[in-house]
Amino acid sequence: MGGFPILSAMTFLPLAGALIIMVVRAATAGSRDETQAGSEGRTALMAGLIISGATFLVSLAAFAYYNPAEPGYQLVEQYRWYQNISYKMGVDGLSITLILLTTFLTPICLLASWNSINKRVTEYVVAFLVLETFMIGVFTALDLVLFYIFFEAGLIPMFLIIGIWGGPDKIYAAFKFFLYTLIGSLFMLVAVVYMYQAAGSSDFEVLESYEFARNAQTWLWLAFMASFAVKLPMWPVHTWLPDAHVQAPTAGSVVLAGVLLKMGGYGFLRFSLPMFPDASHLFQPVMFALAVVAIVYTSLVAWRQTDMKKLIAYSSVAHMGFVTLGVFSFNEAGVQGAIFQMLSHGIISGALFLIVGVVYDRMHTREISAYGGLVHRMPIYATLFMLFTMANVGLPGTSGFIGEILTMVGGFQASTWAAFGAALGVIFSAVYMLTLYRRTVFGQITNPKLNAIKDMNLIELICIVPLALLTILFGVAPNLIFNITEGSALRVLNLMAGG
Amino acid sequence: MLDYTAMILAIGPELWLAATALIGVLLGAVLKDKFNAFAFKFGALVLFAAAAFSLMNYQGGEAFNGLVRTNTFVNFAKFVSYAIGGVTLMMSEGFLKRHNTIRYEYALLTIFASLGIGMTLSAADLMTLYMGVETLSLSSYVMAAFHRDSIRSSEAGLKYFVLGSLASGMLLYGASLVYGFAGSTEYVAIAAAEPSVGMMFGMVLMIVGLAFKVSAAPMHVWTPDVYEGSPTPVAAFFATAPKMASMVVFANVMYTVFGGIIEQWQMILSIIAGLSMIIGSLGALTQTNIKRLLGYSSIANIGYALVAVAAGQEFGAGPLLVFMTLYVIASLGLFAGVLSMRRKGGMVEGINELGGLMRKRPWLAIALSVLIFSMAGLPPFGGFFGKWEVLNAGLDAGLLPLAVILVLASVVSLGYYLRLIKIMWFDEPTEKFEAIDGSVTFTVIASAVLTGVVFLIFIYQLSGWAGNAAAGLAI
Repeated sequence: MGGFPILSAMTFLPLAGALIIMVVRAATAGSRDETQAGSEGRTALMAGLIISGATFLVSLAAFAYYNPAEPGYQLVEQYRWYQNISYKMGVDGLSITLILLTTFLTPICLLASWNSINKRVTEYVVAFLVLETFMIGVFTALDLVLFYIFFEAGLIPMFLIIGIWGGPDKIYAAFKFFLYTLIGSLFMLVAVVYMYQAAGSSDFEVLESYEFARNAQTWLWLAFMASFAVKLPMWPVHTWLPDAHVQAPTAGSVVLAGVLLKMGGYGFLRFSLPMFPDASHLFQPVMFALAVVAIVYTSLVAWRQTDMKKLIAYSSVAHMGFVTLGVFSFNEAGVQGAIFQMLSHGIISGALFLIVGVVYDRMHTREISAYGGLVHRMPIYATLFMLFTMANVGLPGTSGFIGEILTMVGGFQASTWAAFGAALGVIFSAVYMLTLYRRTVFGQITNPKLNAIKDMNLIELICIVPLALLTILFGVAPNLIFNITEGSALRVLNLMAGG
Repeated sequence: MLDYTAMILAIGPELWLAATALIGVLLGAVLKDKFNAFAFKFGALVLFAAAAFSLMNYQGGEAFNGLVRTNTFVNFAKFVSYAIGGVTLMMSEGFLKRHNTIRYEYALLTIFASLGIGMTLSAADLMTLYMGVETLSLSSYVMAAFHRDSIRSSEAGLKYFVLGSLASGMLLYGASLVYGFAGSTEYVAIAAAEPSVGMMFGMVLMIVGLAFKVSAAPMHVWTPDVYEGSPTPVAAFFATAPKMASMVVFANVMYTVFGGIIEQWQMILSIIAGLSMIIGSLGALTQTNIKRLLGYSSIANIGYALVAVAAGQEFGAGPLLVFMTLYVIASLGLFAGVLSMRRKGGMVEGINELGGLMRKRPWLAIALSVLIFSMAGLPPFGGFFGKWEVLNAGLDAGLLPLAVILVLASVVSLGYYLRLIKIMWFDEPTEKFEAIDGSVTFTVIASAVLTGVVFLIFIYQLSGWAGNAAAGLAI
């Protein structure tokens, strides 16, 4: 490969594509009229699919060059940038899995928008591609300032996606999403400046080996927690999530649940644990408590929802609680489980939002009571829905099971009570998911409008079936992932132990 | 015997401005209205040349027995102020033409104001400082009232004049106290003098006067009214070139004159900075006039810049230059954006008039969005590094509470910045704006590219220049 900067290429390919689409659109603006608006949108979507597909291929190539046997950062690119900040990129087992998840979900999101996004399609594609660049950048950055830039920048395209293509209450949801996340991130910024001044560098590897004073660690940890807790999201700062999810277009929800939430867990594993080990130990009981509250409370809240998307949004909060539990158990099972759970939840909840999107596009309502008896008209849909319901519940054989069981094993070693609380959540998740499934899919058709509903079309199948296959694959052969992430998980724990 | 070489080295650009301004007056007297046709190009050319001059004499020097002394720190500010002054002049021509107020006096006033800017920056003596401040202020009062048939413009001019005179009076009284207790008006001599209570009184009054000139809270009340009432190009000028210069003058006075007694004024400046950030960002939340909104946002941004001033010379001088440069470029672009809000009935200023701009003029909307986010200090735009530098300076100096206020004010400010984005991107389109002069569109896009992208990637360059410039202050 020589010195080819494959990570930079992968990160900025979508951005370059977005610029090209914008320029082409501006160049053809003169010859355009209202009647062609539809075809122009399709062309833009096709271009977006090609670009994001190419990005996926590049990420696969990067993965091929990645050596899972080595625990440290690989494929590193470094250029001096500004003061002691460098443009540094690299991946390890933790980030490469999340990058693959990102590049895999983005084309699916664009494809899923084929029929459901009908206005300002070109801008939509551009926003998605820009968002993809920022999401990948978050995972590839090996410099704290560079990370922060990508981390915050992602808010802008997501704000636009929710605000322009969202549901009726989109403006409220977009503002809430933006401001909630921003307030957390800005506290992190103060901490970033502090760390940069203390360590004299913002390089991850320097910061990992720098020992912050115990007292400073506490404050830094809290500042980072302010940001990641909102992003993950943890109870009680999760309230932006249901609003954002419900109002966002289907693809927006997929990428929100699939990738953006993972940045919180990624942040905990990348910064909180290795850089502030003392503070992490100090706050472990708090995090366990918050995780258990999140799992139990939001599961119960999910049960009472009448809106399908809101239900899945709350279930996301609950499942992210398992990630918190795993991360803060400080042992291999917990950390590995947390990474796996992030990946698995990205696939499963992404798929569930797509599943909801399928019927929403047909009926334009997400009310659970408007459905019932879908199995009679949509057998394929019912089957896939069943698969993902079970995966979300954590049925053995699906990837959801592996993530939950491992985080609970890890949590059990650290605190029996925390694991006990989390286990309650598993039961509750079965309650709300099965209730959802029963009320929408089983029973007789009561809503006459459902009589003419059609089963999934080819595009929808292309979107969802790969996710279904991955769910089962990772459920049956979880070692595919563990082999990649093991080195990184152990490295995080070693750094924590002061090694 | 005057040493002409030293004079040119020290204040070459100002001599050039004074000479060309007088030539301009003569041209006006001879050519009368015929001068109107090319006065603006003449003025812009003069200012760009002055900017080039200040780069040529970048190291600066001393002249007039220590009445003026320049160094890289002030020359950096001179360059930015002159160059931006020239751009605002270019943008003004079309606007004034359409309002039938195209008169060569406007261009000459801009040159005179710039001369005032140069003198305040070059000052090494309280007398020079005061004369510079007054040259700038008197030109500004007239410019604010330039639309003399408009009640709002006259009101803005009068308001600015009355309040500005009060502030000048404070500055002068403070200067006289300092002189009385230190025994000299020279910066160096005052810095060397034994601090006394009387001198502190003088210093506080001077801070009040200077804070008025940069529109820092609680001396900020004139800003929104003057911005709103003045003709838009005048507001664009006020918000950029004099802001940059006054901020640097403020810092220069605090660092060189009172640098030894930083513990006496750090708290005062911290309070002014904190108040400006809070009042500016809260005040902007409810504004519906874009110029008022930008007025309040400038108060908030001045608050951020004052954090760098309060951090002291060692930590704050370089960051101040970086922040102010990025801020005034973004400000210039946004005011150019306001200038392009023109419909058949004339200019419009309500923020709702921007509705759906993304669908009518996508490139303008994208450029304005970049400028807004950059001004908000949000990554991935260059403005982020302005805030980064200021935060660094504040934390270096141990001003943690101020850093926290800065962060919280940033969140609040996003409330109105995002509202602008929402109006441009989400709302239903309103009637399309009329086409506007090329120079205005060019300014919007160029400043967006500059603050948004160029100074993101090449921030090390800007920061390096500013750092070197700040190092010149120590000599």
